Amino acid sequence: MSLLTRKHKRRGAFLAVILIALAAATFLMLRAFNENLLFYFLPTQVKEGQAPKNHDFRMGGLVLKGSIKKDGLTVHFEVTDLHNSIPVVYKGILPDLFHENRGVIVEGRMTGPDLFTADQVLAKHDAKYQPPEMTPAMKKYMQTH
Amino acid sequence: MIRKFSSPKTFYPLAGKLMPWFFWTFAVLGLVGLYWGLVLAPVDAVQGQSYRIMYVHVPAAWMSMMIYTSMTAAAITALVWRTKVAEYWLLCSPGLGASFTFITLVTGSLWGKPMWGTYWVWDARLTSELVLLFIYFAILAMKSAVPDRRKAARVMAMITVVGFVNIPIIKFSVDWWTTLHQGDSIFRKGGPSIAPAMLVPLFMMALSFTSYYFWLVLKHIRTMIERKPV
Repeated sequence: MSLLTRKHKRRGAFLAVILIALAAATFLMLRAFNENLLFYFLPTQVKEGQAPKNHDFRMGGLVLKGSIKKDGLTVHFEVTDLHNSIPVVYKGILPDLFHENRGVIVEGRMTGPDLFTADQVLAKHDAKYQPPEMTPAMKKYMQTH
Repeated sequence: MIRKFSSPKTFYPLAGKLMPWFFWTFAVLGLVGLYWGLVLAPVDAVQGQSYRIMYVHVPAAWMSMMIYTSMTAAAITALVWRTKVAEYWLLCSPGLGASFTFITLVTGSLWGKPMWGTYWVWDARLTSELVLLFIYFAILAMKSAVPDRRKAARVMAMITVVGFVNIPIIKFSVDWWTTLHQGDSIFRKGGPSIAPAMLVPLFMMALSFTSYYFWLVLKHIRTMIERKPV
């Protein structure tokens, strides 16, 4: 008996139609939800007024080099997306991965024309894993890849 | 070919021959990979020792998606050709899939606390992986809700096929949306961003987990064939 008799073709076609319809529905749904699926806004988007004004939101980017100032538990730093940066004030304990030039996500709200007050600071990892004692040759390999 | 390999008469002895290979791959690579990953591999420049949880987290996450993909292939085969072995495959996989998904979520959460500063966030990657766990639960619920094994497999196959849309969403969530979870370290443009000394044991663990799954599935299917003689 052949692999695809009429019966099998009919079942297969039925399944294919359902799958295509399902994929299309999912695609449209995801497109509609797209904005809500953004976990954070970039400083440029915040400056352009895309972030919500009346409730808390998250802002993500890199910690601007040389911007970290600590005063007891209160920390001042700037979040940058390399085009714009916004100063942030936060009171609390920072995660281990919080460093200059590393990814960060802050949760809170704008409390001034140019000040973001954060209730929570999350560090974002950059998907790189490497030992600290890498040789220059290996470093070059990692940078070009 | 599908007909031949999914006939219990061909499958039973073939599975019997393959099982020891899967078992020993699982055992040997698992032990070597675990020792290499947890002891021999260098510390990470940024994360220190904590990154080693990756050797369980990443293979478990791959398995959660791989098992689902294999179930989808089995589901299509079961729906179109009504073959018994595909149905058996479908009946014995969701429990394992749910377990690996659970391990992924728990190890990820424990890793997230020291590194990100939180156990859980509702970003697209974490949420879609949680949805996968619920889909596995739905499939498992159908298995216990329908008493007849063949009918249960049909219902499970339909849910499996529908739920497959979630798999590309999990995989590409980190590219499509901004997430707290970092992007892919391995299947990315320009090759892996993991140092080779850390990558080799990771692949060993992935191969070990995969073999573990195949070993268990084959064992399960053979038992099912024995229980109901063909």
